[in-house]
Amino acid sequence: MSVLILGATSSIARAVAEQYAKLGHSLFIAARDAAEAERIASDIAIRFDTIAKSAAFDATAFDTHLDFVDSVESQLGELSVAVVAFGAMGDQGESEGDFAAAKRVIDINYTGAVSLCEALASRFEPRKRGALIGIASVAGDRGRASNYFYGSAKGAFALYLQGLRNRLHKANVTVTTVKLGFVDTRMTFGIETKLPIASPEATAQAIVNAQRRGADTLYYPQFWWGIMGIIKAIPERVFKKLSL
Amino acid sequence: MSTNWVNKKLAGWGRYPVVEMLCARPQSPSELRQALADRGADSVLAFGLGRSYGDVGLLRHGKAILTERLDRMLAFDPESGWLRCEAGVGLAEIIKVFLPRGFFPPVVPGTQFVTVGGALANNIHGKNHHVDGCWGDHVRRVELLTASGEIVFCDKDHEPELFWATVGGLGLTGLVLSMEIRLTPVHSPHIDMETVRVNHLDEFFEVSAASADFTHTVSWIDCAKRGLKMGRGVFMRGRHAAADATLEKSPLTGVLDLVKSFADGRPFESNLLLNKLTIKAFNEAYFRIHPAGTHRSIADLHGFFFPLDAVDNWNYAYGSRGFLQYQIAVPHDPEHRVMREVLRRVSDTGMASFLAVIKEFGDQQHGGLSFPIPGVTLALDFPNYGPALFALLDTLDALVVEAGGRVYLGKDARLSRQHFRIMYPEWERWRAVRDRWDPNGVFKSELGKRLGLVD
Repeated sequence: MSVLILGATSSIARAVAEQYAKLGHSLFIAARDAAEAERIASDIAIRFDTIAKSAAFDATAFDTHLDFVDSVESQLGELSVAVVAFGAMGDQGESEGDFAAAKRVIDINYTGAVSLCEALASRFEPRKRGALIGIASVAGDRGRASNYFYGSAKGAFALYLQGLRNRLHKANVTVTTVKLGFVDTRMTFGIETKLPIASPEATAQAIVNAQRRGADTLYYPQFWWGIMGIIKAIPERVFKKLSL
Repeated sequence: MSTNWVNKKLAGWGRYPVVEMLCARPQSPSELRQALADRGADSVLAFGLGRSYGDVGLLRHGKAILTERLDRMLAFDPESGWLRCEAGVGLAEIIKVFLPRGFFPPVVPGTQFVTVGGALANNIHGKNHHVDGCWGDHVRRVELLTASGEIVFCDKDHEPELFWATVGGLGLTGLVLSMEIRLTPVHSPHIDMETVRVNHLDEFFEVSAASADFTHTVSWIDCAKRGLKMGRGVFMRGRHAAADATLEKSPLTGVLDLVKSFADGRPFESNLLLNKLTIKAFNEAYFRIHPAGTHRSIADLHGFFFPLDAVDNWNYAYGSRGFLQYQIAVPHDPEHRVMREVLRRVSDTGMASFLAVIKEFGDQQHGGLSFPIPGVTLALDFPNYGPALFALLDTLDALVVEAGGRVYLGKDARLSRQHFRIMYPEWERWRAVRDRWDPNGVFKSELGKRLGLVD
C-alpha cells in the first residue's frame, strides 16, 4: 500500500506520513522544497524501516500535475491514499493591495489543490479504489476580514471536495475533508489563546482514523465543529460589524 | 518569510534561574539560517529539551532557537552503526527506533530526554565513561552553522580546532545542523546487572576497583549518613545482556514500581515536600529495598539507565524555588579526603541532598571545557535553599579547586569566574578558538557571560 503526501513540510502532513508509515505503508513525500522533502523521507524511511521516496512539486504548475501523479505511481506502485496537505496563508494586507499576491493564495490553496485532486481522481475512479484526503480549514467556514483570501480559497476547496465526493462515491473512492482548528504548527507558534492547541501527532492520528473509517468530514479538535456552528449561525448583519 | 519570535519563559531542569527569551522554532535548516539572520542586535543560543540544570542554556535579553522540530534522522548505516541526524533528535527517539534493531547510543546520561545537540554541547558522560569516554568520542562530521552564517563541517580530521571547541563547547561556537553518531551494537534490550550494598565510602572504592570488567558502573549514596556510615549506598554495575537473557525481578523493580506510582511530578509542586526529614526517610528506604551483599539480575534497560524518567516533571517536586545540582570531579586520592570533606560539610549543614550519585571516571583526557577528568565524580541535588546553599557551594568550590578538581558546567548556575578559571585551565585557548569563529558575540549564554567565556 502506498501513500502520497503533498505538502509534506507542514508539521501536520509530516505527522500524517508517520502514521501511515507506522501502519506499514510506503510513502511518497512531495513538497515545494526538494531538499526538505528528501530529509523528511529519509527520516521516515529510517524510523519506520519502510520505503519513502521524495520529489519536489509545484502546486501552481497545473499542467505538470497529471504527469507528477503518474511518475509517483511508476516509482511506488498504485496509490491507495493521497493527502492534499499543502497550503499558504499569504498576507491578507498584501493581498488586499496587490492582486498578484491574492491570486497566488487562491492558486495554491484552491486551483492547485483542485488540479491535483482531479489528476488523482482520474486515476482512482476507473480503478474503483483509492482514498483522498483534503486538508481544508475552519477559516473556510465563514469569511472574515482578517483572512478572507485564504479563507475563501479553503472554503471553495471544501465545497469542491464535497462535489468530488459525490462523484467518486459511485467509484468506491472516499474523499475526506479535514477542517482543522488550532494545531501546534508554524502558523500557530506563539498564538495567544485560551483554547487548547492540538499536537500534530494527535491531529494526524485523527485524520488517518477518519480516512480509514471512510469519514466525509473531520473537524479537529472536534469542538471546533461546535465553535464553527455558532460562528456560522451569527446573522450577517451582526457578523459584519464584528472583528473576529 | 521572516522569523516569528515568541516571548517565552525558559529554565533548565533545576527551574533556577527562569529567564524570558524571544524564541524561534525553525523546522528546516533554511528556517534556522533565516532565524540567525533575523536575530537583529541580539545574541542567540540553541535550546533543546531543557535538561541541563542551570543557566548554560539560557540568555537574558537574548534569542533562543528551539531545536525541537529540527529532529530528522538523515542516514543510517546498519553495517557500521553510523547515524546522521539533526541536532534536535532526542536520545529517547534513537533508543525507540534502534534498540529493537540491536543498537544503542554510545553514551547516555541519567535521562533519555536530551537531544544529540545538547549531548555534544555538554560532552555528556554516562555510566560507561571508564570504558567509552564521552559523547564527543563517538561523533564525526558535525555540521555547524557558524556566526558568519557559513556552514562548516568539523571533526577530528576537518577543522579539528573548531571541533575541539565545539565538543563540550556549551553551544557557544555555533548552531549544530547535523552530526554523525556511531551507535553501539547490543544483543539484548536488557541489562545484566548487579547491585552491591556498600556500607561506607571505602567500601565504595573497593567495589569500584573490583568492577573494572563491567562496562557500566554507578553508585547511589546516602549523604545524610555521617561518621562510620558516611558514603553508604548501593553500587550498581552491569553490561548489555546476552541475546537470550530474559527479564527478572530485581531490587530495581521495587524502586521503579514506587517511582511509577507518581505519573507526573507537577501536582506535587511544593517547597515543603522535600525537606530534611523526607529526604532522610527516602534514602533510608532506598538503602533497605536492596538486599545486603551482591544481587545479580537481568534488568530493564530503561530502569537501569533512566530510573527517574518514569515520572514526568519530577523536578517540580522541589517546588517553585527550584533546585541546584552540584556535580564535581576530583583527581584520585588514596585517602579520598576531598570527597569525605564534601560529604561531611553537606551533612553538617543539614542541607541534605535528595539524590547523590558517585562514580569513578576513566583515565581519558577530553580537554577544552569538557567535564570528566581522571578521578571521582559526585553529583548532589539540593532544593534551592537560597543564600545558605550558595555559601555552602562556594566553600565546596574552594575545596574542589584546591584538589585540582572541577564543577560540571552543564549543571551549574552559580560558579564564580575565579574558580572556573582554575578548574578549567584550557579556558583561554578555548576562548581564543571561539573568538576566531564568533568575533562579534553572536552566540552567548548566561553561564558564558558569568564565567567570562563570552563578553
